[in-house]
Amino acid sequence: MQRSEALNEADRLMTICNSCRYCEGLCAVFPAMEMRRAFTSGDLNYFANLCHACGACYVDCQFSPPHEFDVRVPSVLARVRHESYADYAWPRALAPLFRRNGLAVSLIAVLSIAAFILGFVAFNDPRALFASRPGPGSFYALMPHNAMALLFGAAFLWAVVAFIKGARAFWNDIGETRSALAAPRPLLRAVRDAASLRYLDGGGVGCYNEDERTKDNRRFYHHLTFWGFMLCFASTSIATLYHYLLHREAPYPLWDLPVVLGTLGGLGIVIGPLGLYAAKRKREPMMMDHDSRGMDIAFLAMLVLTGATGLTLLVLRETSAMGVLLALHLGAVFALFVTLPYGKFVHGLYRFLALVRYARERHTAAPEARSEREARST
Amino acid sequence: MNGQSDIAEHPAAYDVVVVGGGNAALCAAIAARRAGASVIVLEAASKFYRGGNTRHTRNMRCAHDAATATLSGPYSEDEFWDDLVRVTDGQTNEQLARMMIRESKDMLDWIFDQGVRFQPSLGGTLSLGRTNSFFLGGGRAMLNALYLTAERLGVDVLYEAEVVALDIDGDRFHAATVQRKEGRMRIRGKALVAASGGFESNIEKLVEGWGEIARNFLIRGTPNNRGTVLDMLLGADVDSVGDPTQCHAVAIDARAPKYDGGIITRLDCVVFGIVVNRNAERFYDEGEDVWPKRYAIWGRLVATQPDQIAYIIFDAKSANLFMPSLYPAIEAASIGELAAKFDLDPEKLTETVAQFNAAVHEGSFDPDTLDDCHTENLTPPKTHWARRIDTGPYYAYPVRPGITFTYLGVRVDHEARMMMKAGGPAANMYAAGEIMAGNVLGRGYAAGIGMTIGSVFGRIAGRGAARHAAQ
Repeated sequence: MQRSEALNEADRLMTICNSCRYCEGLCAVFPAMEMRRAFTSGDLNYFANLCHACGACYVDCQFSPPHEFDVRVPSVLARVRHESYADYAWPRALAPLFRRNGLAVSLIAVLSIAAFILGFVAFNDPRALFASRPGPGSFYALMPHNAMALLFGAAFLWAVVAFIKGARAFWNDIGETRSALAAPRPLLRAVRDAASLRYLDGGGVGCYNEDERTKDNRRFYHHLTFWGFMLCFASTSIATLYHYLLHREAPYPLWDLPVVLGTLGGLGIVIGPLGLYAAKRKREPMMMDHDSRGMDIAFLAMLVLTGATGLTLLVLRETSAMGVLLALHLGAVFALFVTLPYGKFVHGLYRFLALVRYARERHTAAPEARSEREARST
Repeated sequence: MNGQSDIAEHPAAYDVVVVGGGNAALCAAIAARRAGASVIVLEAASKFYRGGNTRHTRNMRCAHDAATATLSGPYSEDEFWDDLVRVTDGQTNEQLARMMIRESKDMLDWIFDQGVRFQPSLGGTLSLGRTNSFFLGGGRAMLNALYLTAERLGVDVLYEAEVVALDIDGDRFHAATVQRKEGRMRIRGKALVAASGGFESNIEKLVEGWGEIARNFLIRGTPNNRGTVLDMLLGADVDSVGDPTQCHAVAIDARAPKYDGGIITRLDCVVFGIVVNRNAERFYDEGEDVWPKRYAIWGRLVATQPDQIAYIIFDAKSANLFMPSLYPAIEAASIGELAAKFDLDPEKLTETVAQFNAAVHEGSFDPDTLDDCHTENLTPPKTHWARRIDTGPYYAYPVRPGITFTYLGVRVDHEARMMMKAGGPAANMYAAGEIMAGNVLGRGYAAGIGMTIGSVFGRIAGRGAARHAAQ
């Protein structure tokens, strides 16, 4: 198979790095590289998805630009990562969504929000959109709960199927077997490594952003974003259980679990992405892949939009602005759901799987080269 | 000096002027600053290329009493001394070397306190994990940490500031003149620390010592080590130490860039095959010794061969026994074809390999010990790891001498003060790092000693210079 330019460049860099190995203490990528002498496309996609873009190897590299060897591991692996997302996309017909992702996601978001507003107007008396009605069930006056559950359930299910298909494509590409996913220890290790962002710390010193100083704020904001997302997800799940099991209708009181979790989560997915965006603006350009910038920013923007509309809805839910805000929020959530498998969100999925593989091979594979330490005198 | 009128005077006079920007210079600058002195560092390179050869280093050899998180076992002062005597054949200043080894015990903690991080010991494989501490991320990471610490402490650093003149009166330093983009500037100081490296990047100077063959040498590190500051000092009657042809030289891939190829151009496969010269003849025992000794001899061996080039020849059996290389090995289906790819005489090389194969006495091959695979009735012999080269495809790497650093330098005393030709130490001039490495290394090399020399003498020089400035 014809290799992309990015894969060829990654191959060139990994060949250089494998003859150096000074970075082996920084993260998981280099030890994984050292287990091999030559690199298949699957290997390179595995390294790329294992890389957390902490920047340490760029800042520490004696061969980074302006050196003629032009070693830029973070940016090249970011490009390979970005291309790999499109390769694993399901259905294949939607792979091009990764190309101009910022534009695609924005359009989908605008269209879904418009659809919700128009839908509310079409199915209800237009004046109902601007009526204020406090109390349980007020949301469902605009959209019946079952319709809401069906629509969002379908979008969510679509995303889940796409993730499973993508995960299988990645797993096959890197040459792992289905049974390898069943072992509990690597899975547990990977959960721990992913949840703590273990490899976003430059081997212990912290992660880099604009220069050779470690600024660990990306790690902090990523934690806010990730855990915020999880809290929002928990809030939605609990609310669904409330509805169907306890027959309690939204909106819920401020002290109730879905609102507390949703509020905290909403704050997380607003503050976290804004912090990540601010860091991205200041980031050393040589560490980044500029082609995936649109995709990164689109996902951050979708999270902020979802969180901000949700929080605003919470504050103004008893006023006449509720109808429009609900349409906005539902439109944002819907767009977020349907675009999850076709945007930056998938980095978490493939990175997690790469961590599972790394946890497994660390304990099974012996380092490939003998006496590598002795070969590293200065 | 002519044209003094167009030399700007730096507004500040510093307590300590440090010339150079590598490990030794930064250890000196930090130590002097911590001792209360005002310090300026004059680095010829740009910010990216700062630090000379330190950018390419990886580890440091220090004595220590017990295993640590980064070292797999103890390494006593006596053992360190024995290793040094072995690699230098005793060509070292024992008093200085033992003092350095004693001081090295405290060095790892001190370096750690300056923000440098070490890699956890990987254990397992051979030797160095016990004796040497590896910088997390390598030499450039180490430098980044030292520079950040120096800047935080208030050390002034000038990049792209090459020292072009030293104002020395008798045994006393007064000022350094630097060439910058905007012109020349004179910087006064109460004490000087010269930590500006050796002269390996100055081909003309290598030719003075080695003759014309030096034009075929490759330089593994910085192109900035041209020995200009060393020349100024020797010209000002500072006493010299060492031999102009002694240096750390290894055999590196002949396809490497002329300068700054760093660690990745080295090849560690000599022991797995045979090494032939342009005439397709073997010239030295490829199985003489284990690492690290063999590493440091092949540069000099290749330097003495015609055109300063040699070829490591091995077969498919050995292809995966050593570190992956930057440039791929040249491959061919037969020895004759392999020879043709390098313009060697195919018949002659085929004959050389056949003679070698016929002499091989295979025992049980073990790359990690001095095994019993050797040749019989062959000159030169291959005393270990001798296996027939008979399994295609066949491979070769072309190699040339790669100069890491030079040993001719300034003589110093145990306080890192330069010694004057007239006898006695200089009043206020100190030296650290490669510019004085010849005091410890008369010849030969063992991994990580360059960094030990730089750190230990750098810290001593910095403290001494600060003390002198405070008087």
